[in-house]
Amino acid sequence: MMNDLSPSLNTHPLASQWIKFLSDGTVLILSGKVELGQGISAALIQTVANELGFKASQIKLIAGDTQLTPDEGYTAGSQSVEVGVKALKHVCSIVKDKYAQTVCVDFKCSIQELELSGGAFKTINGTGSLSFYKISEKCPLSTIVLNESNFPGRVTLTTSTTHELRPTQVEAILRTDFLSKFTGSGYIQDIKLADLWHARVVRGPHPFCKPISYDLKSLETLEGVNKVFIQHNFIALIGRDEERLGLALARAKIAIVWSNPGISPQEDIPTFLVNQPCETSIALERNNSKYVDQTQTYKLKAHYSRPYTAHASIGLCCAVAQASDDIPKLTVWSHSQGIFKLRDQLAQSFEMSKEQIRVIHAQGAGCYGHNAADDVAFDAALIAHKLGINVRVLWSREDELSQSPMGAASLVQLEAEILNTGHIVNWNTQVWSNTHLSRPGWGEGVQLLGAWSAFEDQKQPRPKDVPLPTGGGLRNAVPPYSSDKLRITHHFIENAPVRVSALRSLGAHANVFAIENFIDELGDLINMDPVEVRLLNLVDERAKAVVKEVARMSEWSQRGPAGTSIGTGLGYSQYKNHAGYCAVALQVEVTHKVRVQKVWACVDAGLIVHKDGLMNQIEGGIIQSLSWTLKESVKWDKESVLTLDWEKYPILEFDEIPEIQIHLIDNQSHPSLGAGEVATGPTAGALSNAIAHALGVRIRHMPFTFDNVKKAIEAS
Amino acid sequence: MVTLRHKNKVVSVDAPAHAQLYHFIRNSSDDLSVRYGCGTGHCGACTVLVNDQAQNSCSTPLWSIDSAEIKTPQDLIDDPVGQVILNAFLSEQAAQCGFCINGILMRLTGLLKANAHATDEHITEILMRHLCRCGAHTRIIRAAKLARDQLSQTH
Repeated sequence: MMNDLSPSLNTHPLASQWIKFLSDGTVLILSGKVELGQGISAALIQTVANELGFKASQIKLIAGDTQLTPDEGYTAGSQSVEVGVKALKHVCSIVKDKYAQTVCVDFKCSIQELELSGGAFKTINGTGSLSFYKISEKCPLSTIVLNESNFPGRVTLTTSTTHELRPTQVEAILRTDFLSKFTGSGYIQDIKLADLWHARVVRGPHPFCKPISYDLKSLETLEGVNKVFIQHNFIALIGRDEERLGLALARAKIAIVWSNPGISPQEDIPTFLVNQPCETSIALERNNSKYVDQTQTYKLKAHYSRPYTAHASIGLCCAVAQASDDIPKLTVWSHSQGIFKLRDQLAQSFEMSKEQIRVIHAQGAGCYGHNAADDVAFDAALIAHKLGINVRVLWSREDELSQSPMGAASLVQLEAEILNTGHIVNWNTQVWSNTHLSRPGWGEGVQLLGAWSAFEDQKQPRPKDVPLPTGGGLRNAVPPYSSDKLRITHHFIENAPVRVSALRSLGAHANVFAIENFIDELGDLINMDPVEVRLLNLVDERAKAVVKEVARMSEWSQRGPAGTSIGTGLGYSQYKNHAGYCAVALQVEVTHKVRVQKVWACVDAGLIVHKDGLMNQIEGGIIQSLSWTLKESVKWDKESVLTLDWEKYPILEFDEIPEIQIHLIDNQSHPSLGAGEVATGPTAGALSNAIAHALGVRIRHMPFTFDNVKKAIEAS
Repeated sequence: MVTLRHKNKVVSVDAPAHAQLYHFIRNSSDDLSVRYGCGTGHCGACTVLVNDQAQNSCSTPLWSIDSAEIKTPQDLIDDPVGQVILNAFLSEQAAQCGFCINGILMRLTGLLKANAHATDEHITEILMRHLCRCGAHTRIIRAAKLARDQLSQTH
């Protein structure tokens, strides 16, 4: 039987590939899911505490090392708890089962007479205690098989006999990394190797620009530059003094003549997107014809859009690489979401074997999708590999905001009809967007910015998007609301004016925003309350439960009349149509600006593993979505990206933060569902609906800046 | 040459026109607790205390702070006000990636050293000098107020 908990359990079928019991009484977790600031480390530690009864101080974690940990794919898509924690839980449960049987034989007792505490099995009567480490000496983890299909003929283990064997006390795990980060080191930027060089890669005003002409001598004589490394169109300045090198980079950029990037200049997003060549396909079509009498329908068609948005992490992308004559010939420290795929792509680029390269995950600043971590890792790896040096590469703020992959813009057109009864028919969605995924390993070729410059034969791979049901541009384009007929049309636009890839929740931000506006607008046609129209057309009881709960929390029935400048709105979605359920209600006051006063959210992410971590992710998702929806938009012209600093690319500030109240439904009878991205779409929908309630005017195009709100008011 | 005091040591360093405090701290004194975010003083990640005044170290030229005493996040552990603030941030789990926090801790220490009775408005005002991308804002505000409440009781 293949293991469907996580594909990694099939490729890493031995318990020793996931955990180790050490002689000092601690347990070491080996995880392929890495800490991106999302708190997965605490959830993994909590899992071992829950399952095996170790104390927090007895649990260590190595996450993301191509030589030491299992390959669990990308740490992305709200899959870390859903898949990574589940895999670890399975490992613990199998080990516990096997060891409990051994202990029972040793102590001549039954499983019911055992308990778990402090990293040991103990007899309830206090006469016997055996640590996991001691047992592992007799029964090595390397002999415990997690997936029997790889080892036919072995005795199948069952967890059922020890299902009730739980730790006597389970500690609630806090993030253990905070104190050292707050007062010292803890990030990739802090790695110091002996004989370390610094390098800065000179890039043009747009990632698609190439250097046309430059005077090498003038680059070499820049203060702080010891060497200029050039390979094809890849130019890097190398020096010992990081500060001087940063200044040299700014000078070098303007000393080089750059090619035109060949992009279309900016227009308003709906016009821009529909004017791009695209490939149109019907992604989904259903016809249930359940409402026979459709004579009394009210039709609606509306367009909604979101702009290109930047990753915009507070820290800069960084990598460290070390060259060696021995294997591995290249060691690279990276804050990539997918170190194994990164290693593979580095090996492909440098025509090396995978074994010759080791990639070790080191934490960076907040990661919300495919940022430039992989790109900068290539930069460092190339320089280390070619020059045989230890090197640290850091991107500049300007490059961070112009060269990194960005979240793609979307235009969503929705058409449907609503019956007098409130039922919806003839739902038709059309989405114009670019790809929402360009990670290394996705599609053909090498997805690393530097590789396209350094190697003449490496080109940016032709983009392709993620198909439904998960979807990229179409993520959550399928409405959760029942409709007799449903058609989803995808207008896939290959060319983008900036680099585009996965940014938290991908197309779901735009699609849920559009659907949640539209459902309110449909309700308006027959004077039906937004909560009522949702509850009538939602099918899933868990969906209805979160909507009802958020209506209760926000005192929805008291929300008052429209047009008073204060308004309340609601948004709902089940992320990816198969992950966590989230409903958000939101109160705004609209004067010269949109001020969000209160946010209420209800989330059902199945069984909760790490409550505070889940809460933190939902709070963060709400705030980040408010920032995108209210303020953010990448600007460009035909030569360059223009939003290069925090003044030109403003994000939400501390005086714009609302009160946030979250209710979690701990649905223990259901498996844990991904929740890190659940809030982004519902928050955007709720915000727009709240503004419509406050103003009596609907804002269908993000961001809701003063100019865009004014435009919408004038157009109404 | 300028002279600076850091961790009870007096250090004399060259201060060419371009040299910023951030790089001095990171490179010359083996202190990795200061973060670099933008280099233009917009994000606040690199904030340190210069004579107990919060400043963006990425855009503070060394020549402008001769004889000053520098405190960085590394010093918070030994600082009575810093300890209270640190503990408040830990108990509230007031971070996600944590990259913006060190600067916030420093500016808050500067504020609460000067005025342990700072109002909520004061706190918001100083936090306006900082950016957080993960969306840990509500926790940060809560931790800041908790630290203020604890310090104001003893001062």
